[in-house]
Amino acid sequence: MSELNELYQETILEHNKNPRNFREIEGADKEADGNNPLCGDALRVYVKMDGDTVADVAFKGSGCAISKASASMMTQAVRGKSREEADVLFDEFHKMVTGGLDVETDDNHLGRLKIFAGVLEFPARVKCASLSWHTLNAALHDAGEISTE
Amino acid sequence: MTATKEMTSWDVEKIRADFPILHTEVNGKPLVYLDNAASSQVPQAVIDRTSKYLAEEHSNIHRGVHYLSQHATTAYEAAREKVKRFINAPDVDCCIFVRGCTEGINLVAHSYGHGFINEGDEILVSQMEHHSNIIPWQVVAEERKAKLVVIPMNERGELIIEEYDKLLNERTKIVAVGHVSNALGTVNPVKEMIATAHKFGVPVCVDAAQSVPHFPVDVQDLDADFFVFSGHKMFAPTGSGVVYGKREWLDKMPPYQTGGSQIRTVSFEKTTYAPLPAKFEAGTPAIAAGIGLGAAIDYLNSIDFEAAAKYEHDLLEYATARLADIPGVRIIGTAAEKASVLSFEIDGVHPHDIGTILDQQGIAVRAGHHCAQPVMQFFDVPATARASFAFYNTREEVDKLADAVQKVIEVFA
Ligand SMILES: Cc1ncc(COP(=O)(O)O)c(C=O)c1O
Repeated sequence: MSELNELYQETILEHNKNPRNFREIEGADKEADGNNPLCGDALRVYVKMDGDTVADVAFKGSGCAISKASASMMTQAVRGKSREEADVLFDEFHKMVTGGLDVETDDNHLGRLKIFAGVLEFPARVKCASLSWHTLNAALHDAGEISTE
Repeated sequence: MTATKEMTSWDVEKIRADFPILHTEVNGKPLVYLDNAASSQVPQAVIDRTSKYLAEEHSNIHRGVHYLSQHATTAYEAAREKVKRFINAPDVDCCIFVRGCTEGINLVAHSYGHGFINEGDEILVSQMEHHSNIIPWQVVAEERKAKLVVIPMNERGELIIEEYDKLLNERTKIVAVGHVSNALGTVNPVKEMIATAHKFGVPVCVDAAQSVPHFPVDVQDLDADFFVFSGHKMFAPTGSGVVYGKREWLDKMPPYQTGGSQIRTVSFEKTTYAPLPAKFEAGTPAIAAGIGLGAAIDYLNSIDFEAAAKYEHDLLEYATARLADIPGVRIIGTAAEKASVLSFEIDGVHPHDIGTILDQQGIAVRAGHHCAQPVMQFFDVPATARASFAFYNTREEVDKLADAVQKVIEVFA
């Protein structure tokens, strides 16, 4: 169970139970839908911009613990960041869960998001962890809808 | 509840010895393979037959005068004869080899559709079909300007036969229905449904992907017009599959794919087609897989398949009782007649997380929509976890499943 514990850490389970910013944003400037057709995860990310800053970000939808916790922690991580900073986080997160970035040795800004590094050991779950990030990226860059399959 | 003694008429340990993969480990735990509805495992006899073909007999079929080609042709055609007897088809030429159930249903839908479906006609499909038995019909309906009409089901996951009877009419051109639902395990009353359709002169296409691995079938007794299945769900390698069709339809239907091996004469002005089954078998087929399917049928003939079906049904009931006993577990699909499949969800836990935690215990189940999104929509779930059994599974494995489900609930408590 040691690997499992790495995946289902307390923090992830807690965010799954009580996702932060799990709501719609009325009059959001940007929205995008993310779907993982393989497992049925579906979420919508809402962004409110203040100039170039992410003033508010939230999500709705259904998904597994990994995708929900990841979305929840993502909203906390990018709130108040510039679009450019959000792009950097997206890039680093994506690299972390696909093996392109070692959180212990490579410079990064991931902070608390590092707990998703364990997903690397669960190839079937990588898309769950990164779905919200891809969706945020689509929202910030006005791409509308993404599918991770 | 703990595991009680296995039924004596079925020596499951002896059967398990025939399947090498069942003795491997996954994540440091003995493999508990409960994903048989997705694909079943292959017995040593089938592996050996397929290897022997590749090592000693391989050549293209129906094309050479040389020794190997004739030898391969004979082996391939012998497999077809085995298929005929396995499903009790009246005529070996009406057993068409395809690469799988999906290709087979596409063959029937497109070929029958182009031959017999016209504007304003209706195609009946059931609400619990696999996407493979929906989309080909949807595409054909669109092409032919026909209408796709859905046979509804009830909360237990059983087709509502009174509704079905009412939906049949003179515009109905075909009924497409699954023998056993891969998402719910429901065994549909296809024999009765076929009899009713025939009163309207309507043929029925049975998706038998999930029935042939679990109990003996007889296409003549069912009076099925089309009967389609995959080899890889019945202990054969992937790449094999069968369309059985009644000659009265197959003879009148245009070819599906065209090309080599299916012709009588070709000129740039006109092509005439070969008789059945070649007419529907364009190109070089999956020869090794077809011979492997023949070997899988030999295997099923070598065991007591009736006893296997009974044992497996008993196991499904045991598993259902075990899981139903766990607070927070909801079983999706509670039809009176079921085979092999146990779909479930756990309160507050996404099926994907169930799948991962079970996998860590060496238990393979499927988590997802099982290519049956309309079923998920009906039960208002994004997905389910699904354990699906074969006659080589055991009560001990069911106990491991139940323990692991308990563990999932603890992790997410
Ligand atoms: C009921 C049913 N029909 C059709 C199919 C499609 O079979 P295949 O993927 O082998 O073509 C499946 C397999 O998933 C199935 O369960």
